[in-house]
Amino acid sequence: MNGGAAVRSVKSNAAAIAAGVLFAVLLQFVLRGVMGPFVSKVMLDIGINIILALSLNIVNGFTGQFSIGHAGFMAVGGYAAAAITYYGSLLLWGSAAIHGDIMGPGDMLFLGACGAGGCAAALAGLVVGLPSLRLRGDYLAIVTLGFGEIIRVLIQQTGDVLLTADEVRSASPGTVLTSLGGSLGFPGIPFYTNLFWVWIWVAVTLAAVWRLKYSGLGRAFLSIREDELAAEAMGVPTTRVKVTAFVISAFFAGIAGALFAHLVGTTLNPGELGFQKSFDIIIMVVLGGMGSISGSIIAAIVLTILPEALRAVADYRMIAYAVFLIALMIWRPSGLFGVRELWELGPFRRRGEAKPS
Amino acid sequence: MSLLQVSGLQVHYGAIHALKGIDLEVEAGQIVTLIGANGAGKSTTLRAISGMIPCSGGSVVFEGRNLKGLNAHEIVRLGMSHVPEGRGVFPHLTVEENLALGAYIRSDKGGVKQDRERALDLFPRLRERLPQVAGTLSGGEQQMLAIARALMVRPRLLLLDEPSLGLAPQVVQTIFQIIRDINRDGATVLLIEQNAHMALHVAHRAYVLETGRIAMSGPAASLAASDAVRKTYLGAHE
Repeated sequence: MNGGAAVRSVKSNAAAIAAGVLFAVLLQFVLRGVMGPFVSKVMLDIGINIILALSLNIVNGFTGQFSIGHAGFMAVGGYAAAAITYYGSLLLWGSAAIHGDIMGPGDMLFLGACGAGGCAAALAGLVVGLPSLRLRGDYLAIVTLGFGEIIRVLIQQTGDVLLTADEVRSASPGTVLTSLGGSLGFPGIPFYTNLFWVWIWVAVTLAAVWRLKYSGLGRAFLSIREDELAAEAMGVPTTRVKVTAFVISAFFAGIAGALFAHLVGTTLNPGELGFQKSFDIIIMVVLGGMGSISGSIIAAIVLTILPEALRAVADYRMIAYAVFLIALMIWRPSGLFGVRELWELGPFRRRGEAKPS
Repeated sequence: MSLLQVSGLQVHYGAIHALKGIDLEVEAGQIVTLIGANGAGKSTTLRAISGMIPCSGGSVVFEGRNLKGLNAHEIVRLGMSHVPEGRGVFPHLTVEENLALGAYIRSDKGGVKQDRERALDLFPRLRERLPQVAGTLSGGEQQMLAIARALMVRPRLLLLDEPSLGLAPQVVQTIFQIIRDINRDGATVLLIEQNAHMALHVAHRAYVLETGRIAMSGPAASLAASDAVRKTYLGAHE
């Protein structure tokens, strides 16, 4: 059954990405006018949260490790990308304003910055993962929590006065890295993030995660979650595979961070990317089902819309979340969809099993 | 030269000296069994051989190669496959996925397909249950899956840790028959058992382990006939 799914997924990969691009174009150029600014903003948030949930799902869902520092990787990617577009724009064009139209030079700089943000976060993932992934359960959670906090504090320690175009020209890389706005946030980042780019990245992330789940490496992730000792007995190099999961996960978190940094109406600041943010992402993964791709997506959508809908009682959001999580842990400890996908459950499942293998 | 040569193997769990120098040998083509009471160190011996726990002394030589310092996942690649105690199937994955993971280290697709067929011929029950999630199999079926999965490695030495544990007598018979079949097909087997009666029945050679030491060894048939073994492990009355 899954062998067939794997073949199908590989074949339909290009088609899936094409569909994602089409959806992104449709959103940006047709639906945005219809939806109005508020719904468009929510759609941006949904897209970014889907990328975050899908990426955390690689570590917490597929591989069964409990990381609670995902916002730290987001921050690394966000700040790396912001520094590139902000200071890059100053160097190239003398001002940090948006430069050029869609697919213009400014957009290309932004696209490069997203990639660089992802790579910076992946590197951070490697640095954190190598020593800490020998640890299990609670210990890993504490290390990742510590990592997130360290990143937050480090960014707070950077200078709050940004460099001018002339200063950047003569500044060393070290000076640039320590001029990121500090605890007040990084103001003036050009707002390159739009529906088109967000949903393109959603499509890329989804295709990558989908392919991963049904690949040999993905099966190795699952085997570690299921029984680490047995995985080792099958010849799975568990530590290396866990670090790989961590690095891939961090890469996409970095992309999400880059998109977040260039979002209109937000000032990138370290307070926003603290433990609270990590926790929000964990809830999406836990709610959707550890390991379920469709579950993560649905949970990301619901948990983005819900706070908007319940804005009047926003102060009680965390209480409601806590109660909800406790209830979930009691009645459905593996999340709403568990490890399986939406269409593998309920009436769909029976059909799948009846199929001759 | 024997396939597996263990000499002076020692294991410490903190202050506890679990294995106090084990010597054993497994000849290619044989079934060798290690019997003993609960806590004698049977599973510890097996885990130390396959690299799942570090040993504090002695040596394990497999096909002439010293395994010192190798991780469990590296030892598998040398052709030694370990079915851990309690089966260790991946409960939320299907039978199909479990078997695919057994072939994780292999890249010869044709050979894998062939071995998968052979394993399913050996365990027809598993063929019926390919799309089923492994956690919902019966205990005997899970044991079959664990063995089938270990065979997907195409091991030259198969380590079995208490395959009869918690199974109904009839299922135990089936499992032991399959162990014989596997051996006849060419795999060498090192079998750990509390069920000394069955183990001595199928094995060529046997070792008796008592509190971290080898107490007796010899051809399985002669151990089964010895008074000491009969009294302690086979429950014979005088």
